[in-house]
Amino acid sequence: MNKIKSLDDLRKIKADVEGKMKLREHSENAENLVQIKVAMATCGIASGAKTVMDFLVSDLDKRNIPAVVTQTGCMGYCYAEPTIEVTKPGEEPIVFGYVDTKKAEEIITKYILTGELVDGIIPVNYEKIEDKKN
Amino acid sequence: MDTKYKMYLLVCGGTGCRSSQSNVLEERLRKHLKENKLENEVQVITTGCFGFCEKGPIVKVQPDNTFYTQVTPEDAEEIIKEHVIKGRQVQRLLYKDPDKKEIVHDSKHMGFYRKQLRIALRNCGFINPENINEYIARDGYAAVAKCITEMTPQQVIEEMKKSGLRGRGGAGFPTGMKWEITSKSPGDQKYVVCNADEGDPGAFMDRSILEGDPHSVVEAMAICGYCIGADKGLIYIRAEYPLAIKRLKIAIQQAQEIGLLGKGILGTKFNFDIEIRYGAGAFVCGEETALIRSMEGGRGESTLKPPFPSVSGYLGKPTNVNNVETFANVPVIINKGADWFNKIGTEKSKGTKVFALAGKINNVGLIEVPMGTTLREVIFEIGGGIKDGKKFKAVQTGGPSGGCLTEKHLDLPIDFDNLVKAGSMMGSGGMVVMDEDDCMVSIAKFYLDFTVEESCGKCAPCRVGNKRLYEILDRITHGNGKMEDIDLLRNLSKVIKDTALCGLGQTSPNPVLSTLEGFYDEYVAHIKEHRCPSGRCKDLMKYEINPENCVGCTACARNCPVNAITGERKAPHTINQELCIKCGACIEKCKFNAIFIR
Repeated sequence: MNKIKSLDDLRKIKADVEGKMKLREHSENAENLVQIKVAMATCGIASGAKTVMDFLVSDLDKRNIPAVVTQTGCMGYCYAEPTIEVTKPGEEPIVFGYVDTKKAEEIITKYILTGELVDGIIPVNYEKIEDKKN
Repeated sequence: MDTKYKMYLLVCGGTGCRSSQSNVLEERLRKHLKENKLENEVQVITTGCFGFCEKGPIVKVQPDNTFYTQVTPEDAEEIIKEHVIKGRQVQRLLYKDPDKKEIVHDSKHMGFYRKQLRIALRNCGFINPENINEYIARDGYAAVAKCITEMTPQQVIEEMKKSGLRGRGGAGFPTGMKWEITSKSPGDQKYVVCNADEGDPGAFMDRSILEGDPHSVVEAMAICGYCIGADKGLIYIRAEYPLAIKRLKIAIQQAQEIGLLGKGILGTKFNFDIEIRYGAGAFVCGEETALIRSMEGGRGESTLKPPFPSVSGYLGKPTNVNNVETFANVPVIINKGADWFNKIGTEKSKGTKVFALAGKINNVGLIEVPMGTTLREVIFEIGGGIKDGKKFKAVQTGGPSGGCLTEKHLDLPIDFDNLVKAGSMMGSGGMVVMDEDDCMVSIAKFYLDFTVEESCGKCAPCRVGNKRLYEILDRITHGNGKMEDIDLLRNLSKVIKDTALCGLGQTSPNPVLSTLEGFYDEYVAHIKEHRCPSGRCKDLMKYEINPENCVGCTACARNCPVNAITGERKAPHTINQELCIKCGACIEKCKFNAIFIR
């Protein structure tokens, strides 16, 4: 990785990565990637997030669904672990709770492939700093 | 996207809404859809908690984002007939904004029911903690860049002071002031220390931040280093947090590779680097002087303050110790400005606080709310209320140093000063909720047991005094207490608070004092009546058989592990109290409700 030597370098990286992320989020292109984040803090892993993540990676691969599966930290819903967040191209992210491999399969078959919602959605119940205006 | 369904009815399946019949509501919705032959066009979906349990059950309609509150099973038909078929919102079920007295039609931008605001947790669950680029894309390292290229250390300190941020580790010391004192302390070498020795039972805020967003702590430590004139940072973390350690190491390494840690950061003359130091998980090492001793390789024992670490800390040099969550707030304050931050919260406690909700609560989890949010909002709305529909009894805040708050404190706005006034403290943010089945004397005993175990043993008030407190409590829970013991508990507590060396001892009697204050009757019941009102203290319980209900089936006798139950077949049995170990096996097996606890 190149060293960041100035503030401009840092801004450039930010713009680059942000641009890539936006591209993923907003393009209508059907080949666009589905993004899945798996909450992998200690609590998530303890309730089986790793198995779910492995399953998602292999099952999406098997079905040739272009997707990026990444790990992330704790989403805060300890009572509903494992939790995952699915973002389909051009759509708002949706968080699902109580995701075991069976649920993961259902999410792929129904939500990712046909857009049909499934049980276990966890509604957003907090404000982000970006939304907080004084 | 070709989806089969044109509309979704999202019904809250959180435990709070479930207890007000949201499952029946769901059934009715499905039934009426079917009656109108709409089951293939409209689907009913169960969701998790909306965090708005007070107004439950909640039904959200997609795609039009209508948000119905307090929906009963009887309303199902109207929703289907009016909203789904005719496309008209059911006005009476829409949420009415209590401030503006207006009906809210659309939930698209409704932050109104969202009690949480995520500042310290802004990236937890959003970014991949092991990828520095994702952090940078969310304004990561922009704050440190702004500080070292555009601001003087004093300007940053002024900004921090203006923000009103107070230490999130427990005591709530103003962060900007601490930085200023350390910056003004003379010393050729200074240190920034991050206290990640989270040890309260039931607390996991710091671990989650380090596991979910380690770069925010790394960045904030660099900012602190710039302000106080330190080029070295140390993170003291317990070895019991392997994942947090792994992710911190990756974060530090990535920041070093990219030149955001090391020499001449961003082409300036500012040097800063971070090392990790491991703790063995001793609670006392969360106290800053003990933490510093432990980092130096000595025993984790606290020392007398002053001198404060800001003047003479690690290796005798000026050292600034801040908690993980405190650091996690810093980059946001720099990026968004002190004036943005200090408008959140109460007069003397600014910003938000992360809490780990645990115990007898439905939505166990990690939450972040603005200071000034009430306990009721936290427990009954975000937390979804008490498990199994039981009654709320108390909430323990501040861990072993805090106290138990009762029903009368539920509407107390949470901030540093209010919690202290109520006899507890903020602590690091653990919140353990208790229901009617919890015995408060046993709870006090549990925390004392913890403090006795974790006392470093250096000063007599803590080493000996807490042990005595524990013994008295133990006596009471075994039915051997005397009324004088209550005065003894009070006096001893006061002496320990006044004379102990460090924060651990000075706060350890809090669980005793607060339960004595809120649950005096329970102590009296244990002492005078030899009775545990919650039925928790085994020595005060007596299993007995009601001869009128007992049919002599022998099920209890056959399942008693110590053969304490005897009796002829088809005749009432009896329990030998001498032998009974109060395991409860007999009660489980009895089909005739003949066994009861006295």
